[in-house]
Amino acid sequence: MELMTHYPYWMAIVLMMTGFYTVMATSNLVKKLIGLSMFQTSVMLFYVSASKVKFGVAPVMTEGATVYSNPLPHVLMLTAIVVGLATLAVGLAIVVRIRGAYGTVEEDEIIALDRDQSSGGRNDE
Amino acid sequence: MTSDFAALPIFLPLLAAPICVILSRFGKTAWVISMMVTWAVAAMCLFSFAEVYASGEPLKYHMGGWAPPIGIELHIDLLAASMLVLVSSIAAITMPYFFRSVNDEIAREQQPFFYAAFLMCLAGLLGIISTHDAFNLYVFLEISSLASYMLIAMGRDRRALAAAFQYLMLGTIGATMILIGIGFLYLTTGTLNMSDIATRIDVLAPNRAIIAAFAFFAIGLVMKVALFPLHVWLPNAYAYAPSAVSPFLAAVGTKVALYAVLRITYSVFGHEFSFGGMHLSLIFTALAVPAILIGSVVAIFETNLKRMLAFSSVAQVGYITLGIGLASQTGLSASLLQIFNHAMTKSALFLALGAMTLRLGSNVTVHNIRGLGKRMPLTAFAFVLAGLGLIGMPFTGGFVSKWYLMKATLDGGWWLLTILIAISSIFAVIYIWRVVEAMYFGRLSAQSETIREAPPSMLVPIWLLTFCVILLGFFGNEAVEISQRIADQLMPSPSLPDPFSFDPPILNGEMP
Amino acid sequence: MILSDGYSANAVLLFMAVALPFIGGVLLPFFHRHAELRDAISITVSLALCVLVSQLVDVYVDGGRPKLALWELFPGFSLVLSLRPLGVLFAATAAFLWVATTFYAIGYMRKNKEKGQTRFFTCFALSIAMTMGIALSDNLFTLFIFYEMLTLLTYPLVVHHGDKSAMHGARKYLLTLLGTSLGLLLPAILVVQHVTGTLDFARGGILSDTLTPVQTGLLLAMFAFGIGKAALMPVHRWLPAAMVAPTPVSALLHAVAVVKAGVFSIGMVIIYIFGYDMLRIQTEQDWMAGTWLKYAAAFTIIVASLTALRLDNLKQRLAYSTVSQLSYVILGAALLAPLSIAGAMLHIVAHAFGKITLFFAAGAIYTASKKKFVSELDGIGKAMPWTMLAFTIGALSIIGIPPAIGFISKWYILLGAMHAKDYVVLAVIIASSLLNAAYLLPIIHRAFFREPKEAIIHGEAPKPMVVAMMVTAGMTILLFFFARDILSIAAESLSAWEPLHLP
Repeated sequence: MELMTHYPYWMAIVLMMTGFYTVMATSNLVKKLIGLSMFQTSVMLFYVSASKVKFGVAPVMTEGATVYSNPLPHVLMLTAIVVGLATLAVGLAIVVRIRGAYGTVEEDEIIALDRDQSSGGRNDE
Repeated sequence: MTSDFAALPIFLPLLAAPICVILSRFGKTAWVISMMVTWAVAAMCLFSFAEVYASGEPLKYHMGGWAPPIGIELHIDLLAASMLVLVSSIAAITMPYFFRSVNDEIAREQQPFFYAAFLMCLAGLLGIISTHDAFNLYVFLEISSLASYMLIAMGRDRRALAAAFQYLMLGTIGATMILIGIGFLYLTTGTLNMSDIATRIDVLAPNRAIIAAFAFFAIGLVMKVALFPLHVWLPNAYAYAPSAVSPFLAAVGTKVALYAVLRITYSVFGHEFSFGGMHLSLIFTALAVPAILIGSVVAIFETNLKRMLAFSSVAQVGYITLGIGLASQTGLSASLLQIFNHAMTKSALFLALGAMTLRLGSNVTVHNIRGLGKRMPLTAFAFVLAGLGLIGMPFTGGFVSKWYLMKATLDGGWWLLTILIAISSIFAVIYIWRVVEAMYFGRLSAQSETIREAPPSMLVPIWLLTFCVILLGFFGNEAVEISQRIADQLMPSPSLPDPFSFDPPILNGEMP
Repeated sequence: MILSDGYSANAVLLFMAVALPFIGGVLLPFFHRHAELRDAISITVSLALCVLVSQLVDVYVDGGRPKLALWELFPGFSLVLSLRPLGVLFAATAAFLWVATTFYAIGYMRKNKEKGQTRFFTCFALSIAMTMGIALSDNLFTLFIFYEMLTLLTYPLVVHHGDKSAMHGARKYLLTLLGTSLGLLLPAILVVQHVTGTLDFARGGILSDTLTPVQTGLLLAMFAFGIGKAALMPVHRWLPAAMVAPTPVSALLHAVAVVKAGVFSIGMVIIYIFGYDMLRIQTEQDWMAGTWLKYAAAFTIIVASLTALRLDNLKQRLAYSTVSQLSYVILGAALLAPLSIAGAMLHIVAHAFGKITLFFAAGAIYTASKKKFVSELDGIGKAMPWTMLAFTIGALSIIGIPPAIGFISKWYILLGAMHAKDYVVLAVIIASSLLNAAYLLPIIHRAFFREPKEAIIHGEAPKPMVVAMMVTAGMTILLFFFARDILSIAAESLSAWEPLHLP
């Protein structure tokens, strides 16, 4: 019973864990960022689904409506979306620079290049 | 009392940041604007502190005129006021330093963006300290974090990019955890204002959602604070960031996150819930001990000096969380003292290293600072004095904070922890003295023969901060009094009956 | 600053005792370019301090007990100075010997053309200021602060030569001393504060009944090993390591400032923090409270003397001799009998004068002939008669032969052991005196009664050094006749005291 009525929360959890797993398991930096985005989006889903009030209508002034859904989480999530967008933008900008500096966006290759550099290559550490 | 003053320190840098980018095609204008703004902000924060200290009443500001609990409120009590002073004065003192350092390490075209990012970071940090709204905390946290990702990524070494990316990943996950926590809190209490939440939690306490909220907050904050084991982003981030950024972030970044910890555990959830019910004492103490040990021991073996200081920061954060975890007033005031002291000490040390980086032209390691004591005597001696402050020698601030921390552990009956703190001081002696020996007794390499002393614009901030460290050692009275007053405000009772028990949480007399 | 006790002039004297050498030290770097002026200032300041401290001794003997609160570092913990019996003795010894060392050092540095002389004399003066602070401290907190500063300020002196061996020696010095003080001494002080709520020195000790015997023993151990400057084995390694320093520094370290600060601190802790009566009562209940300290000291005495026997480097031999002699003081204090404690306090003074003479002689030999090893010293007595005469007198004091003052201090410690019926300790003292003779007399024998291996072309050491040496040697004999006065000053801190009449 709980599964059916609380399905938005279960979806949020599934999305969150998928995103989290993507961040950890993949080595491609862009894919990590996508996972991160999914992680943040799941939280937005969670907030928004929690804001729905039973029998409530959309929080817009309507004739004859007595119960409205809670608009505040929507507003908070607008902010969170902006934050997520900014994070994605900064992350992608860094990835572009990494591509320029390292020549690759695969994390294991970057680590290998760093290790070679500090053991063999330049003087400074 | 309501005061418009409270909002200015946040909004001035926020407004100045785009102006920096728009108005300047050269780094110098951006620097001038930043300098004026940071000095103005520092002056304002000092005024706020004086007012709060004298009157004992917090300063409040209602954003947009909307009264709490509906509107967002800025609430500056003694703790917030002292943190404001700490952050803004370190920013103001290090501003002259930025001139040469940024010029040297960052491309001309990028400098306006650098200063813009710095101002936004400052605004975000000051916002975290001033705000009294839970979601607003998240917003400012993300503002400051994003700005710091950008700042770190501008480092000269390409590993700065990888470090910034890793920090971005981990930091965003942490902040999202905090967001989830805020969500749970809102959904159970129906409000976002911190004092309001606190009142409602008192009534609702054994609600499972609130316990979950606390857990999410704890994880997110531990990530931001860089407490073991979520500290992995810190060493690389501090090591490869531009030399002007490391002092600021090391001194101030983690401290503001620690402030957030204090705010959440004491003002929102209340200390009985956090330490008694949720066993935060156990968790903090259990994490602080390896933080102290691992931070100190790894620092001994590091050759990159900035990385060494970063690991030392991990250990210092361990001290502070240990003090908080003791759940007593003495422990709390010891942590506050350590926060003040460590901010000044670490920034002085990083600034000195940055000056050496400028002159050496590459990362400072134990090997290439050999003999610098003769060529850069003032910088080297400042490093020695600040290092003594880190170790905790008498007549430095470090001694006062270590003394109180050890006293707090003894008062709580944890004499093993006292011995731990004593032993870690010995480790600090080892890794600081390694640097001192290299500077004064190593032989100068050929290319170091022509190195001159650091420029005055760098020497003045370095020595000003070193002087503050020594000053704290002599005027411990005032600092102790302030931290004890803050501890008293946050935690009315001297200590909890048994914060270290393993019993499951029983809150308000009920099991969740 | 608060001047208390009404006799504000006396309190100012207390302040000046610490401030004068400090100001002298701070002023010296300004005269970096004028060597003559700089040395003159050093001498003047040291003489002034000597006069000042003798004033303080007069005040003390007349019954004045001034007290001066200097500065409150943080709530409840202030730096406070006052006159205590042991402190008066220590301060007087240190001040007088500083004058002698200054003369000696000027001669030494000039003849050996040492570099960095300004830094040397500056750190010297600052270290003496810290020593005065230790001697005149009124509470454990003040003692600790000045103790730590002394470690820091003597570091540049130990690492003076700046070469690799100096760096390694100084590293061992710093790490051992800071390690013990931060790792053991500081927690011990905090425990005392936690248990009793205060750190002020008080007759009869402040700990009284608050700890069980086992806890007392543990705390005593933390103090005994935490005060690394007292060189109780195994925290003694810094002493031989510090021999890399120039000899005036070794003289300062081994007679005047550092080591005496160590045993002085242990003495103060036993008398004024634990209270030797309380310790004796607790030791009777459980041997772990205090008995082990006797045996640790006895062990150090014997093993250090044995090590000294085997060492050929003269300064190293003298270093281990110091380790052994310091444990005499600890042994005397650990016997917990008034007689032996008085003897221990006298020994602080006696050993200071005797050992500094020996080190002066070693430095003179090095300056004149560049010889460092005992095996090279054959026949040197003919070329350097005054030096070896001073050496002989110093050796007499260390071995404990009248009319050197070392005899009286050893005698009292022996008496204390006999009264306590502690025959093991008795045997140790007698055995170690024989060992002292074994490692010191051969040097004298070699110097005077053997023919040199190669022709000796050098003469006596420079005049300032010889004068300083003869003065300290003379004092070693002179003090023999003033021993009773010294003992009566020392006895003020003891509850039951009957002075022995000397034959």
